[in-house]
Formats: sequence, structure tokens, C-alpha cells
Amino acid sequence: MEKNIRGAEAVMRCLVAEKVDTLFGYPGGAIMPIYDALYDFKDEVNHILVRHEQGAIHAAQGYARTSGKVGVCFATSGPGATNLITGLADAMIDSTPVVCVTGQVASHLLGTDAFQETDVIGISMPVTKWNVQVTKAEDIAGAMAKAFYIARSGRPGPVLVDITKDAQFGMTDFEYKPCEKIRSYSPKPTIQMNDLNAAVDILNSAQKPFLVIGQGIILSGAEQELVAFAEKSGIPVASTLLGLGAFSPDHPLYVGYLGMHGNYAPNILTNECDVLLAIGMRFDDRVTGDVSRYAKQAKVIHFDIDAAELNKIIKADVAVLADAKEALSLLIELITPKKHENWLGEFRALEKIEHECVVNKAKHPTNGELKMAEVVNLLSEKTDGKAIIVTDVGQHQMITSRYYQYKGFRSNVTSGGLGTMGFSLPAAIGAKLGNPEKTVVAIIGDGGFQMTIQELGTILQAKVDVKILILNNNFLGMVRQWQQLFFDRRYSFTEIVNPNFTAIAKGYSIDALKITERNELDNGLDTLLNSTGAFLLEVVVEQEENVFPMIETGASVSEIRLN
Amino acid sequence: MERAYNISVFTENSIGILNRITIIFTRRHLNIESITASESEVKGVYRYTIVVNTSLDQVKKVVAQIEKQVEVLKAFFHTDDEVVHQEIALYKLSTEAFANGGAEKIVREHHARILTIEKEFTIVEKTGQPEELTVLFNDLSSIGVLEFVRSGRVAISKPMKTLEHYLEELEN
Repeated sequence: MEKNIRGAEAVMRCLVAEKVDTLFGYPGGAIMPIYDALYDFKDEVNHILVRHEQGAIHAAQGYARTSGKVGVCFATSGPGATNLITGLADAMIDSTPVVCVTGQVASHLLGTDAFQETDVIGISMPVTKWNVQVTKAEDIAGAMAKAFYIARSGRPGPVLVDITKDAQFGMTDFEYKPCEKIRSYSPKPTIQMNDLNAAVDILNSAQKPFLVIGQGIILSGAEQELVAFAEKSGIPVASTLLGLGAFSPDHPLYVGYLGMHGNYAPNILTNECDVLLAIGMRFDDRVTGDVSRYAKQAKVIHFDIDAAELNKIIKADVAVLADAKEALSLLIELITPKKHENWLGEFRALEKIEHECVVNKAKHPTNGELKMAEVVNLLSEKTDGKAIIVTDVGQHQMITSRYYQYKGFRSNVTSGGLGTMGFSLPAAIGAKLGNPEKTVVAIIGDGGFQMTIQELGTILQAKVDVKILILNNNFLGMVRQWQQLFFDRRYSFTEIVNPNFTAIAKGYSIDALKITERNELDNGLDTLLNSTGAFLLEVVVEQEENVFPMIETGASVSEIRLN
Repeated sequence: MERAYNISVFTENSIGILNRITIIFTRRHLNIESITASESEVKGVYRYTIVVNTSLDQVKKVVAQIEKQVEVLKAFFHTDDEVVHQEIALYKLSTEAFANGGAEKIVREHHARILTIEKEFTIVEKTGQPEELTVLFNDLSSIGVLEFVRSGRVAISKPMKTLEHYLEELEN
């Protein structure tokens, strides 16, 4: 036990006890005592100074998503704290474990409209798994222990700990006891064997079973169990956006990516299967299309660790509250070995149609301007699908999800549920710091890049080796695509006049290259990937390219359009 | 089909948990008809009774979201016929009008109570179900009601395990 230390030092000792070696933040008045304490912990904790608090939390998210550890960030009160809100909402909907520590005005000033006072507890409540305000130094250790436990356990999520300045200055004896149990919180469900056996009975008699997986596989570390289960059961596997990377795209049972811009076969055959087995996914509307016409013919079996997700969107015939890894371990034992060659053949036949109508042209165009898909496809080949790919939001994100062959462990980082433009650049910084030995590529549109472009300064100062790939079509492309298809080509404020991206990068001492021609692409990507340190490659692509296939809003998954 | 549901929530005693519960309703554009909160039979455990008009499907999802909150121990929902519920109402009347206006008969008929008589005003109390409280209000209106307040519903479900039983389950 440490005798009589400051609350601020207690915060740092909590982080060390939780083995936090990297954190992201931005100082300010109300968090100054913690930054003063941080000064003495510089050898133990690598603090990355970002350029905006939104950058701090997205970086913490990128770090958490790729490392499996809890991401941590610091911000001051008032605007510092409110700048975290987008990231909290993003982490909440995408189940990312993050602990945010915010400074707060002294407790006697709470509610007085003091300088930089804001009710961050109230504001962040809908977008945090848990939050707490600490007003006494002696309460810091307990609050931090709960914060880490809640953030990482069960369905992970963001937690915010707001610490008043007097609590940071206050003196306390310190002893860190990790939190292992909260009476009112049951993160690890006990699988009800009745439910599991009911699921197995349905699966064992299925003729056309279909397995759809989500990020729950990755969060529970169930990748190996998934492969073993799929191979024994012979069930074709498709993935949601956040599940990409959980199951190798090279595996003979992999049938593609689900949803609005996903693959043709898994979307269509969702409405042909007789059993839909969903594990660690939440039936987002971008996956289901019209829910009243989603897998109506199938018996639905849903495994999730969050009880509130069961029967939320799709009524399950069997709903099992379970951790994915535990559930799959049990399923492997109980499932009857089978092959479903004919059924798998139906996927392959539709896949052939998609290749002929969309994929081949997209990946290997012979004339015209550069296409996003050929850039991503070549990047995928050059990195053997093993880079960590951090995408932003929009057309480039959907193209990357379609054409990058994610083969690496925790290699897919994107803003899925919230669709946060500006996510990629800071998230890539966090991903690289969590995985110094891996190649990290941030693929970003010209619109999203300018939402958090200031984080180039973080890359400069912290010397973060992030490869930045801008796919520039001079449009807010996804909105433009919708305007073309559904708003009679009325391009209302989607054309964008861009700055000179390479000049901006060079202003931050980041090497950069702009290419516009097909014959420059190969060298351009080599230059990006082989650069020492950070690099920005701007690829000018076709302005009015559309992402297909596409399930229109209100359409059924089986009505997916090829063009 | 929309109908009234009585949602009972048991929580730890922590700052902000009421807000965490109510924003679940706000987000879904659901109006809370009535809400009461107090300590339960177990020290440190708080009990909320929330009445809401909605569909069965929606109330199930709302209760699941409430129970998902870290500091919520347990949440249930029941229809009106599955609970015993009461409200208390206070009626403030002018003592002068009260004395002259046949109030005694009304109070007797409704089995209401006189809580206090001051020179200027008299307070009548009635416990019952909302319709009974409203009928009394209507009857007293002939005399003139200066102020009227209702507590909001408290409800106890008919079939239920005891709170201690649930707490034991959670502890294990």
C-alpha cells in the first residue's frame, strides 16, 4: 500500500496496475494534476499527445480493437470531455473496450456553470456502458478498477470516469484491488443446456444450414473454435462487416460478406437456408434489409452474450445467451459431422454471377480512370491480406470490405455501427501503437480524411508508422451514389473541393505521393508499403463510381442489385 | 396492441441510475405515465415502479435494456391484472367552502380521510386506484379544489419470488 499520495498519482498507479502501457490524451485545466502525475510515469506509460480529443478516443478504439486490450484516453473537462462523445458512441455501438478519464471542475463548483464545467456524466450516459463521477481521492482506485472490469467484460464497451480537480489534488492511501465481481452485473452468462441442445437438434437435422458470424467471434477469441465447428458441421460461413477477419476468406466454407454492399450469394441465400445460425452478431439493419422479409423460411438460432440483443430485431426460434467461444466449444462436441456440397454449390453458382457481373470488372479494369476496387485488390495482394486495415466511412469502406482479403488476426478496424467519418486516421494511429510489428494501412476517402486531418500532427510528433491511402474521387461518394440512384442525380453539396493532400502531408514532414494513372498504381503501392515511417499515397479515382451489389433501403436481402 | 405495463426495477443506490433508466424510454419516444422510487425491503436496494403504455414487444425490449444497465439488479414487467397497485392523492380545499358545502357526505362516501384542518384550508387524503381518485376529485370540484396531487403508482406483483431470493442468485 502507498501511504498518503495524491489522487492524481493514484490514477497513474491504477493504470500501471492494469498494465496500461499506451494512452492517448490532451491536457487542459481540470486534468492538470493528472498530467503532472503522468510526468513521473513517462517511463512506464507511453502517452500520445493527439491534436483533438476525438482523435484520442478513436486512437484508443483502434488500439483496443487490434490488441484486445482496453484502450485508454485522457481529456479535460468541458469541451475536452464533449469532444469524446462521438468516439464514445462509436465504441458503444461497436462494442469496443475503452476507459476515458476526464478532468472535472472542483466539486464545490459542480452545477455552478464554472469555467469549462459541463455535465459530462449526463451527456455521456446514453453512449457509455457505465460512467461515474469521483469527487474524493480515496474513491479513485475503486472507480478505476470497476471501469476496467466493466469495459472489458461481457459485451465490451466504453466507460467514462470523471474526476474532480479536488479529488485529483486530494491525498489518500492507495491500494489497487482489481474488480472481479459486481453484484448487479452478470457479464459471463451460464449457457442453458436446454437451449443449446434445442439448437443442436435443429442444426443436426438441417439440410441447408447457414452460419452468420459477427464481431462476437473476435471479441471472445473464438476464431479457432469457429473453424473447427464449421469444418465438422460443413456449414457455409458468412460474415458481417465487423466480423471480417474472424474466418479466413480462403477457407472453402467461406461464402462472403453480408449486408447492403456485401456479396451476392450470402445475401440471396439468407432467404433460402432452412436454418440460420447467428453467432456474435446483432442483425443490424444494414445486414437484414427489410426484416419482415429476412430469412422467414428459416429456423433462426441466435447466440449472443448480450441478453438485450436476443429477439431484439429477429425473433429467434432458439436464443442462447452465451459467450461465443464457450458456445462453439460445446457445439463442436454435439454437432453431427456432415458435408453440404450441393448447398455450398448454390453459393458458388451465385458467386460466379457476382464475379462475372461485378468483381472481375472492378478488380481488373482495362481502361478509364482508376477504380477503388483495383487499388484495394492490389493492396490486398501485396500485403497478402495480412496488414491491419483501418477504414473510414463511405464508398471506400464498402469497397475495402468487399475486396480486401482479411487474413490477419484482429486485422479489420472500421466504424461499423455509428458510421463515423474521420474515424480512420486516429484509429490507425492507435492500431499501429498496439501492433508495432505489423503494417497498418489507413484507407480513407477525401471527405473523411478532412474530418480528423489534424491527427497528421500526432503522427509527426509520435513518429507513428501509419500508411495512409487516400482514395480521392472529389465527392462525398456514398451520399453522391444515393443522390444519383434515389434523388434524381441532384448532387446537393456532395462535390468537394480538396486541398493539395500531398503538400499538407509534407507540411507535417510525412512523405507523400499522388498518382492518377493505372500504370503508376503498382509502384505507388510499393512506395507506400516500403516507406520508412509514415507515408501518404493519394490515388485519384473515378469520380462517379458506384458500389455494387447493393440492397436498397426497404428492400429484402434477396433483392440485392448487381448494378 | 398498446396497454398499460407496470415495470418494476431494482437498483443499487447510485447517483445517476434514475437518469440511465429514463433515457431508455426517451430514446424510444415512450412517455412515462408515472414513476415512483423508494428504498425496498432490502437496505440499499431501490425499487422503481414505472407505468408506461406500449406494446408487449416494446416493453420486453425496454425491460431488457433496463436490466442491461450495470447497476440494475433486476427488472420485471406486469400487466395491471398481474399486480396490486395503489396511488395516494391529496386534495386541498377551502375550509370555509368545505364546512358549508356538504363535504362530509362526499368524504364519507369515498372513504377518504381528513389529514389536517387549518383556518384557511383543509387537506383530504384518498388512497386508491386512479379512477377512484378521479371520481373523488370530480365530486369535490363542486366545492372547489384549490390543489390536487397524486403520488404516481406503486405496485406489487402477485406472483413473484422475493427480492432476497434474486439477490442470492446474483451473489452466487
